[in-house]
Amino acid sequence: MKTFSYTVKDEVGIHARPAGNLAKLAKSFAGTKVMIEKGGKSVDVTKLMMLMGLGVKCGDTVNFTVEGPDEEAAAKAIEEFMQANL
Amino acid sequence: MIRFKGKGVYGAVAIGTVSVFKRQEASVRRTHVDDPAAELARVEQAKAQAIEQLSEIYEKALREVGETHAQIFEIHMMMLEDDDYNESIENIINTQSVNAEYAVALTSDNFSEMFASMDDAYMQARAADVKDISNRLIACLSGGGGEQSEQPDKMVVCADDLAPSETVSLDKERVLAFVTAFGSSNSHTAILARNMNIPAVISAGEEFLAQAKDGMKIIVDGHTGELILDPDEETERSYIEKQKSDAEKKALLQQLKGKPNVTKDGREIKIYANIGGVDGIGGVLANDAGGIGLFRSEFLYLESEDYPTEEQQFSAYKKVLESMAGKKVIIRTMDIGADKQIDYFNLDKEENPALGLRALRICLTRPEIFHTQLRALYRASVYGELGIMFPMIISVSEVEECIAMCDKVKKELTDEGIPFSDKVELGIMIETPAAAVISDRLAPLVDFFSVGTNDLTQYTLACDRQNAKLERFVDTHHEAVLRLIEMAAKNAHEHGAWIGICGELAADTSLTETFLRMGIDELSVSAPFVLPVRQAVRNTDLSK
Repeated sequence: MKTFSYTVKDEVGIHARPAGNLAKLAKSFAGTKVMIEKGGKSVDVTKLMMLMGLGVKCGDTVNFTVEGPDEEAAAKAIEEFMQANL
Repeated sequence: MIRFKGKGVYGAVAIGTVSVFKRQEASVRRTHVDDPAAELARVEQAKAQAIEQLSEIYEKALREVGETHAQIFEIHMMMLEDDDYNESIENIINTQSVNAEYAVALTSDNFSEMFASMDDAYMQARAADVKDISNRLIACLSGGGGEQSEQPDKMVVCADDLAPSETVSLDKERVLAFVTAFGSSNSHTAILARNMNIPAVISAGEEFLAQAKDGMKIIVDGHTGELILDPDEETERSYIEKQKSDAEKKALLQQLKGKPNVTKDGREIKIYANIGGVDGIGGVLANDAGGIGLFRSEFLYLESEDYPTEEQQFSAYKKVLESMAGKKVIIRTMDIGADKQIDYFNLDKEENPALGLRALRICLTRPEIFHTQLRALYRASVYGELGIMFPMIISVSEVEECIAMCDKVKKELTDEGIPFSDKVELGIMIETPAAAVISDRLAPLVDFFSVGTNDLTQYTLACDRQNAKLERFVDTHHEAVLRLIEMAAKNAHEHGAWIGICGELAADTSLTETFLRMGIDELSVSAPFVLPVRQAVRNTDLSK
């Protein structure tokens, strides 16, 4: 299991577009579960509606938990995505 | 001839024929089904059809508005395939033995409510996306799902509101403009209108929709948000003129949109817009301003019969902050007095109102008015990037009083558990010679200065700006005024503050180079000047 935290710097937070791309990225690692947690609430990153429903805003810190056969690569890809886009 | 006013989201004048948008929104009835499995199969089939339609719209959007904005339809497809959304539909069908249409409608309500109840304008707008995909799914279930049927040419589509997919599906060849009775400037629909270069007016009100009938002639002014149904000849002619001059300006606008405000040798400056009310936001966005450098809060007081309440002010500030979606918004505390008199303030008649009890002086004399405004501002601060600016400053102690009042308000809000942003910038207007001269003492107290050149000129030159006979004595480029600005800029930078200009001089492109050389960080001009000033900046080379 890989875990890491990220503090969102994008001024409008994880809104529709980045949420869609993030979900798509997470889905590309089939069999690996990527969870995102904010304020005690945890959702599966591939579930777009729930991910948007978390309402992650600028300045919020989120915690990722990546578990599965591809966890190493998935965690790296997601961390890079967050840094580049959010 | 009937006139209406909405909010312009994309500027341009269109003269065309009303076409009331007819949505094939089948009203959904709840019926009992004996075979839930058959309903589930229908959902699967409708979903496949809906996704196919969406991918066609995506392709169309890709060609017409570009990838960034087309992505929303890709997201719509993903939303349609979302596990939770689909599980909810399945559960409702299985547990209640109801028809698929009803299950989709109920799921749509639940998910859109989740988004609508979030305290974030961007996410609230997602409620419309959920409804959009659900309506498409229902239309496919009902065997429909087709797009608009026969329509006239040169049509102005009038609707209660348009979903993003409906907006993109409009035939750009024949749609001149669209008008919606509701809608927010944050919605994807408004954003798409701007990117499709279609003049659009939103929030026209229910009455407009009641009056607009198919085939009526209509004038839509996307700059001002004005709508004229059944115009007379003279009015129409004046708008045709306006269209012509627009077309010329537009050539300039189009080239400069999205480009940075940077000189040939690489110095960048911010260009913001000045507005006097919430309805100016459309113009700010349409002209590609980087933020709002001066939001005049007086309109709240001028439009009201009595002191505007904290709630009234809060909702106006919240709206402007949300609409600007994270771009800087500098709100100036009320500047009443002088040429802006209000009965309910019961101010004494003055010999010299310009030198009288005005603006901040009223606020410091009647702290309850100031207190209400600051509370509303801090409460709204969580919805965007707020700057608060105090006008008519002449002394250090006034600035200290303002800051103390802000601290008091912040403490109250903290005690009451009401959130506010800790990134609110505080600044002052440099519009009296006194403030410019002691700017070295004022700068350490604030985050920014903004030069109000109209008053600064009037006070420095001792020339009443209302008096037309003084025109020959008023040199707007007077060296004294420019030296004061330069002095303020130097002092601001020495103490880590930034400096902008929000008076009319900011839009004077013959001074743009002078301001750049002084190191001015921001110019705030009325919206139509944003792009001309950008052009002046881009033509400047400071290395020469």
